[in-house]
Amino acid sequence: MGQNLLEVADESTTAQPVTPQGGESKRISRSQLILRRFLRNKSAVVGLVLIIVFVVLALAGPYLSHWSYDQVDRYAYLKPPSNRHPLGSTQSGRDMMALTLRGLRKSLLIGFLVAILSTGTAAIIGSFAAYFGGWFERVALWVIDLLLVVPSFLLIAVLTTGASKGPNSWLLLVVLLAAFGWMLSARVVRSLTLSIKEREYVQAARFMGLGAPTTIVRHILPNISSLLIIDATLNVSSAILAETGLSFFGFGVQPPDTSLGTLLGEGARQVNSFPWLFVSPAVAVVALVLCVNAVGDGLRDALDPNSASGGTAR
Amino acid sequence: MGSYIARRLLNYVVLLFIAVSLSYFLAATQLHPRQLYQLINPPLDPVSVESNLRSRNLSDQVPLLERYAAWLKGIVLHWDWGQAPKGGEVVGEVGRRIGVSIRLITLGSLLGTLVGVLLGAWTATRQYKPSDRASTAGSLFILSVPAFVIASALQVLATKLNNATGVRMFEFVGETGDHGSYPGAALADRVQHLLLPTIALTLINLAFFSRIQRNLMLDALGSDFVRTARAKGLRRSRAVMKHALRTSLIPTGTYFAFSIATLFTGATFMEIMFSFHGMGEYGVSTITGQDVNGTVAVVAFSGACVLVGAVLSDIAVAILDPRVRLS
Repeated sequence: MGQNLLEVADESTTAQPVTPQGGESKRISRSQLILRRFLRNKSAVVGLVLIIVFVVLALAGPYLSHWSYDQVDRYAYLKPPSNRHPLGSTQSGRDMMALTLRGLRKSLLIGFLVAILSTGTAAIIGSFAAYFGGWFERVALWVIDLLLVVPSFLLIAVLTTGASKGPNSWLLLVVLLAAFGWMLSARVVRSLTLSIKEREYVQAARFMGLGAPTTIVRHILPNISSLLIIDATLNVSSAILAETGLSFFGFGVQPPDTSLGTLLGEGARQVNSFPWLFVSPAVAVVALVLCVNAVGDGLRDALDPNSASGGTAR
Repeated sequence: MGSYIARRLLNYVVLLFIAVSLSYFLAATQLHPRQLYQLINPPLDPVSVESNLRSRNLSDQVPLLERYAAWLKGIVLHWDWGQAPKGGEVVGEVGRRIGVSIRLITLGSLLGTLVGVLLGAWTATRQYKPSDRASTAGSLFILSVPAFVIASALQVLATKLNNATGVRMFEFVGETGDHGSYPGAALADRVQHLLLPTIALTLINLAFFSRIQRNLMLDALGSDFVRTARAKGLRRSRAVMKHALRTSLIPTGTYFAFSIATLFTGATFMEIMFSFHGMGEYGVSTITGQDVNGTVAVVAFSGACVLVGAVLSDIAVAILDPRVRLS
């Protein structure tokens, strides 16, 4: 990949670095091209808009409902949706809408934090392993294999069961989800770095006396950035799903705090009798993950120079 | 080729041993079997609690390495994976549950993989036509829904159907239930109980494999050798079947080998939602039940599954890829 990504849409121009201001010829910069290709993918655009809506909803949540998520309404235990509680109330008299918005906020926070952490780890370990080679590479590959053998779900469950339950215990969950989620991407980063580190510009940087960390961060990582962006996006959705699964069993976010998974875990057990406990968090989590996946697909099509789905360049 | 497989196998076994040992240390330090006895009211005699825990090699007052050595010795000498804090032997429990898991997942995963691969290959030949768009959107949707939400939705639908028709077509609690005495009643009962989890597993596997197969098939269809096959006058259907599909099936085989490994733990949600007492449910209940030995046994089992999957995929690659076979 790397330099091939530098693509010029106009068939009349040759592939060369393009100045931002194209002048009279129809040259466009790479970022403009990617933006154009992304905007062509309607489902990705809808997904992106909805994600922004979700983020706004999650941030504005406390102001949208006059119930707070941990407030108990002693006149409405387990009541179906009504004017008082638009999405119903739980067994303990908490408002479902406030809870869903709170859960959305937590799930979004966990999804994005895990994605940044695990993609960052994958980028650093994968590229350093390939760049240095030798024993460092062997140890890194061995650790990757080891982590792939163990069932991450069970080990995260063991660790969260043993850890103390405080208001910040979800941060441990973030760290664990990231710690068990970086291995496969690190392998891909490594194999890409292996080919990039032989390129002339990397050699030149090295011979000019640039240190290894600077070379990697300035010259290697930008050239695999498209992979990293796609990987991070897909990590958001897989982290949200993993958090949902763990919380469903009670290994994730602990009460009184809540996440979409915690709500679903409570709702799924009584879905036939009290569907409103299940429907709103289920719709929220499915819509959120679907949007993130759609954006991931759109980014992949937009960033991949070999993709045909961008349509024909005009 | 033999030595290649043997070398890989040895590597995996060492890896598995270290992974299981590390999980033993993790489980033994993070889970607290003593809590189970402390919750009992009136309080038990601490001395008898301690001796009970010591007899099961679960006491946190014995040094960790000593417990590990005793545990390892039991496995190596007697294939004894220890005992639950208040229950019986782990080995017997695991043996019974593996059977339950196999009965639950076999049909759904095979059906889902087969249909998924066919669907993915077919839609790849019709890229961006309505059928391809519909299938891509459908599989993306299924993959975005948590497994237990799929199971719950199916249960709601099944209840509605049962009520509407007045016949209890779908059963969703456990493996077997009450059934009549007509010939084949027991089998029909099992099938009724398997119906919903099988539909759920088929949907999930179908979505996963159709996505993978579609991408691989698109790569294969765009490659030079398929164009050459067409250029020399081969019919399109033949070029697609003989050249594109066959090549693109190789990586799918690797995915499938690995998915066998993750199936057992991946079906945890189905086991819980449909009350099948299989390995996945065991993994969860051992952790909530502070059962150190049981947890490590589940980790070891799923690690062994990954190992089997990895060896299978190595063998498949060695057979299919001449570069590996001949070196």
